[in-house]
Amino acid sequence: MAWEERVYLDYAATTPVAERVIKVMLPFFESAFGNPSSVHFEGQQAEAALEEARERVARALGAQPREIFFTSGGTESDNLALRGIALAEHQRRGAYRILITPVEHHAVSTTARQLQDVFGFIVDYIPVDSYGRVDPDDLHDLIDSSTALVSIIHANNEIGTLNPIAEIAAICEEKGVPLHTDAVQSVAHLRLDLATLGVSALSIGAHKFYGPKGVGALYVRQGTPILPVQTGGAQERGLRAGTENVPLIVGMAEALEMNLETLDQETQRLRALRDRLIEGVLDAIPRARLTGHPLERLPNHASFAFEHVEANTLLMYLDHAGFACSSGSACKTGNPEPSEVLQAIGFTPQWAMGGLRVTMGRGTTQAHVERFLSILPAVVEKCRVASRVR
Amino acid sequence: MEPERTRKVVVAMSGGVDSSVAAALLAKEGYDVTGMMLRLWSEAGKEDLNRCCTPDAMMLARRVAAKLGIPFYVIDVKEKFREWVVEAFIQGYLAGMTPNPCLVCNRQIRWGLLLQQALSLGAEWLATGHYARIARDEQGRFLLLRALDAAKDQSYVLSVLGQQDLRHTLLPIGNYTKPQVRELARKFGLPVAERSESQDLCFLAGEDYRDFLVRHAPEAMRPGQIVNRRGEVLGEHQGLAFYTIGQRKGLGVASSRPLYVVDKDFRQNLLIVGPLEELGKTTLHAAPVNWVLGEPPAERFRAEVKIRYTATPLSATVIVETPQQVRVEFDQPVRDITPGQRAVFYQGDVVVGGGTIVSASNG
Repeated sequence: MAWEERVYLDYAATTPVAERVIKVMLPFFESAFGNPSSVHFEGQQAEAALEEARERVARALGAQPREIFFTSGGTESDNLALRGIALAEHQRRGAYRILITPVEHHAVSTTARQLQDVFGFIVDYIPVDSYGRVDPDDLHDLIDSSTALVSIIHANNEIGTLNPIAEIAAICEEKGVPLHTDAVQSVAHLRLDLATLGVSALSIGAHKFYGPKGVGALYVRQGTPILPVQTGGAQERGLRAGTENVPLIVGMAEALEMNLETLDQETQRLRALRDRLIEGVLDAIPRARLTGHPLERLPNHASFAFEHVEANTLLMYLDHAGFACSSGSACKTGNPEPSEVLQAIGFTPQWAMGGLRVTMGRGTTQAHVERFLSILPAVVEKCRVASRVR
Repeated sequence: MEPERTRKVVVAMSGGVDSSVAAALLAKEGYDVTGMMLRLWSEAGKEDLNRCCTPDAMMLARRVAAKLGIPFYVIDVKEKFREWVVEAFIQGYLAGMTPNPCLVCNRQIRWGLLLQQALSLGAEWLATGHYARIARDEQGRFLLLRALDAAKDQSYVLSVLGQQDLRHTLLPIGNYTKPQVRELARKFGLPVAERSESQDLCFLAGEDYRDFLVRHAPEAMRPGQIVNRRGEVLGEHQGLAFYTIGQRKGLGVASSRPLYVVDKDFRQNLLIVGPLEELGKTTLHAAPVNWVLGEPPAERFRAEVKIRYTATPLSATVIVETPQQVRVEFDQPVRDITPGQRAVFYQGDVVVGGGTIVSASNG
């Protein structure tokens, strides 16, 4: 395999850590290694770095520092929001319903299901349209006083669709029910102003915007009822026990700021690449469809379904041709199932096995996109032949 | 033509020491290596117990691939495995045979679907961790040979292969002994577990095949009479599929001397038992037959014949009745000749061919 010619088109899965991010983290592994809870000088230095990072993250998101809680990543943030708010709202006012969409990330849907199976909550599903979008009017009718929490993904990881989260937040606000949103994908591409967005809680993870893996944050608007899920010491204002991961937290703050510095040019550039890629794929490949919304989608995100193509096979051939891509139903254990998300937006299983996600980032060039477009039609055709054999 | 070492080979990896070392040897020689693992069929809920593709085995294979710096993919063949291998296994038992599904898997799945997958990826060879060797004769034909390590020899299960398969096959560890392979794994620093070498069928997940049959082919539970050669009724059996030729235990028949299953009369649903001396047969019939070179060496030839994977090779004369059908006459009576198993013919180290045992007789 010609590794030197690899083209990485899976930025929604993860991104490389930016050099300047690595640089700011290094001292906190070695010289400034203190525990922020310690009384001594080393501890004070670490605590100062931690709180400065909190301020920077808050500023970047339009939030207050006291509304930012550091976690181990997007998944933990989702877990903390769902379990923490659902349990608090149950304790406070006996609410027992959780409203989510059928296209949530597993970090949300699996957590909701556990709250149902083990803790006695009832999970209700808000319908989505054929793009995976929630209609705020539907929400209006589904919320009542028994609703503990609404959780709706901001930008779908698999199909890129953006939800009208501000409108949704207004309805939840009016009904007095907390709204959580998983913004793990969107925060890398949209300017968020949490002071006006109106959500009660929002999850982010650093490795989607050129920060390190293993660190994220949960925004919790002041006054939102929430219980800790991980108990122990009083770190993170008692909401998330455990010694803070100072180097990674500092890295996340740096990455978030860095990403915002050039966000507008980058969005424009990526959107052009994305549209070229979508147009090229749909033009050249028969029985191909764009999945997700054509306009209201992440600027770096193109996703497709191909009839009679098994995603695992497709990804293998692409990998072999030098392209790292992804798929909603891709499964490394050779146990392919049709994508739940594609089925939820109306694709039949013979289409839903063939999800392809191409996500671009800072390293992506026009030449990459053209090269990808030049090989994809033959690869898809090869998969269709293979699926006839198997 | 490109130098051989930059050409592509797909290695069938299982996470075990043999296939891992096979991959490592090829990578070290400079081949362009890709690892593949087959996802085979398991009963619902038993996926973690399928010896060939547990999550642990998959993780190990992945770690080996990463260590060697080669790409690794899992190929889903569950449906075809169920349809071709498991279904044939069940149907074989229902027809009174004792099938060997590993041979079907090698023929149809490994040197069928997987080889196709490898070729379509641009590879020239499929490599496996089998203990056997491939050589070429003066005319350039491919010969299948026993492994150097006689104790580990697996050429029996490869006797289903022909020239078109061997042309695209590499068996990198056939020239090593098992202790050498273990040593190589240590030398290469491969994270492979020292797994026990079970001969159990992967999809049985450690279970007795009889329990599997009860669930998947309840019609196999057709009780009938246990009789001796004189036709005397000695007891009742649970269904012919639950007994194996040569079996002594579990017959539930009282007798002054040990009795063995010597035959099955499928038409009359009779399990026939007798003393040890009735177990010996001098002749077997096998069909269909695969000839590794595409044709038999002669109309009639001397060979050493194995009647199951673990059997000792025995001297015999093979008489080719039609290209697809042979009669094997052993020099001495042989016990436990079992319809459904495979008879494999050797001349020295060379695998001449093999065929499915249809019946056994005396003369």
